[in-house]
Amino acid sequence: MTNGAGTVAAQRAEPRQEAPGKRRPSERARAERRLGWLLCAPAVLIMAAVTAYPILNAVVLSLQRADLRFPGNNEFVGLRNYGDVLSSNLWWQDLANTAIIMVASVAIELVIGMLLAIVMQRAIFGRGPIRAVILIPYGIITVVAALAWKYAWAADTGFVPSLLNLSSDPLTSHDSAMLVIILTEVWKTTPFMALLLLAGLALVPDELHEAARVDGASTWQRFWRITIPMMMPAILVALLFRALDAFRVFDSVFILTRGANETESVSILGYNQLITRLNLGIGSAVSVLIFICVALIAVVFLKGFGRTMRQRQV
Amino acid sequence: MLAGVAAGVFIVLAGCGGGGGAKGPATLNWYVFKDKSGSFDYAAKQCSKQSGGKYTIKIQLLPADADGQREQLVRRLAAKDSSIDLIGMDVIWTAEFAEAKWIKPWSGADRARVEQGTLAKPLQTASYKGTLWGAPLNSNAQVLYYRKDLVPNPPKTWAEMLAQGQKLGAKGKIEVQAAQYEGLTVWFNSLLGSAGGQILASPEKAALGPPAVAALDVMKKLAISPAADPSMSNAKEDQANIAFEGGKAAFQVNYPAFYSTIKKEAPKVFAVTGIAPWPSVTPGQPSHTTIGGINLGVGAFTKHPTEAFAAAQCLRNRPNQKYAQVNGSFAPSIADLFQDPDVKKAQPFSLLLKVALEQASLRPVTPAYTDISLAVQKTLSPPSGIDPPSTAKDLKSKIDKALKSGGLL
Repeated sequence: MTNGAGTVAAQRAEPRQEAPGKRRPSERARAERRLGWLLCAPAVLIMAAVTAYPILNAVVLSLQRADLRFPGNNEFVGLRNYGDVLSSNLWWQDLANTAIIMVASVAIELVIGMLLAIVMQRAIFGRGPIRAVILIPYGIITVVAALAWKYAWAADTGFVPSLLNLSSDPLTSHDSAMLVIILTEVWKTTPFMALLLLAGLALVPDELHEAARVDGASTWQRFWRITIPMMMPAILVALLFRALDAFRVFDSVFILTRGANETESVSILGYNQLITRLNLGIGSAVSVLIFICVALIAVVFLKGFGRTMRQRQV
Repeated sequence: MLAGVAAGVFIVLAGCGGGGGAKGPATLNWYVFKDKSGSFDYAAKQCSKQSGGKYTIKIQLLPADADGQREQLVRRLAAKDSSIDLIGMDVIWTAEFAEAKWIKPWSGADRARVEQGTLAKPLQTASYKGTLWGAPLNSNAQVLYYRKDLVPNPPKTWAEMLAQGQKLGAKGKIEVQAAQYEGLTVWFNSLLGSAGGQILASPEKAALGPPAVAALDVMKKLAISPAADPSMSNAKEDQANIAFEGGKAAFQVNYPAFYSTIKKEAPKVFAVTGIAPWPSVTPGQPSHTTIGGINLGVGAFTKHPTEAFAAAQCLRNRPNQKYAQVNGSFAPSIADLFQDPDVKKAQPFSLLLKVALEQASLRPVTPAYTDISLAVQKTLSPPSGIDPPSTAKDLKSKIDKALKSGGLL
């Protein structure tokens, strides 16, 4: 998918470099460019209507006291909502929770996803069934998966606590509940990671491996020196997708603990303000802050992405 | 997330129109939770039949938990949904819905008819700023379920129950509702009321004070006691009852409706189940448990207000309330139903329940109730983390802030 696009960009960058650079955007190139813009104009307009407008509206709301239950009390309050959010322990605690869930789940997913991708690529017989089986968890609705995990781990209905000889309910203390949330996320989305990595794996040319083998490189060396560097753009895209997804984690936490025992994520925090309290002001401030966090994560990844692209061009 | 939330607002603004046709009986949509005993369906059918072709009541199911019900309703009401004719309102929504002008007030003859013969406390839950906003359909208050074979004399206070539970060992667990949800607020409010306190001093200010410290002390003591269920901080009504039915617990505080559930699901435990008043906090004083139940509200945007008010009167009339009490273990809102012989047969503890309802404590009647409840849930969960004096102070400051639409909860 997107990593495919990334590689296309990489390939296009190479010939451009080979052609000794005389900067003259030809008539044809300019016409193509114009056509390109025209072709995406409808999409851009629709995106503006369904994303830019709500985002701007949220920014405006975040500067107001706006509570659906007290429609008469709406007023402009400047940055007070942001002050309330940022000065609250709850925001920082939820941000930390979210970061922990994101980093831990994405890291585990990367390792397992890579193994699964290699299995999916190398499988000689039964390739179709193997790929299908690996993808099953991703096909299950998150809420359903989370409920299954909840019932498995709860002390009264589940088999896990007795299997592990636990004396307490794992979902009733912070550390163990966080672990269950992370494992649920990993179980659910590793196939997605594996799928993205498989696409990257397919782009590593076999000749490189053969050449390296002839030169006497071990499997381990070939993995680290050839596969990983060649796959870097695909890995980064996979990490970016999953990190952004994981940062917005909602369903699993909502079902497993509903944020109890200090396992709340920032999305649940926003939900509580907006949907439960109907406090559009504070809720929008939370949403805007989440948006900024997501944008920051994306920027960090894109920077890393740019660096690997440059390294490949050298 | 942001885009999702904004898209949600879009859908709300777009609204969900629709309504009854011009000819024939008006279709009244009654938004209410699913009642497993079928007594809501029964009442809806009876009333549709008795209306003489004026209206038919169609039940629109809401989610099972109170938070989910409210979330779905407020999104529709905020979008001025005219398909909402009748609402089964949890007693805690009155002020919020009234203040936002989402429901119609009851006045004149309609009001007089509702007030006649109805218990005082349920009426109080339906009133806000001197106006009646709902007709009490049923009422609810917790009682203490205990094992007669293990506990010869039911405990009068929480301290007594804790001591008895500890003595019984593994079989002596005490079941409560302490997950981070409305049930935790109910437990706290009942303890606070029993300790002689309340959550709000005025619509703008929290009260709490020493009674709150006493109430928090009970919660903390149970949470760290061996008599607490290991899943206590995740337990809701059903989990508590499952533990009781399974013989793991000697006590549970829970709603009267579970009486028939235990009878059906665990006849052996039922044979040794006793019912006693909710334990008190101060020895020698009665307890004041939190009142629940639902009031019938008429949606502000309905196209059939006359029919809706008439239908609400019918749904809560004596035969329908009696049917619900006998078949669904609902506590009625009509005072003299508790003495009815059929009721006494189906619900032998009905007089005890009536006393509990007469002495019940209300949850704060304020449009900001959800904020207050959220503050209570977040501050008190998990109960083992409570430090009574400092938790009480923390809770007070959070509630004071939430009453001004501020603070993060």
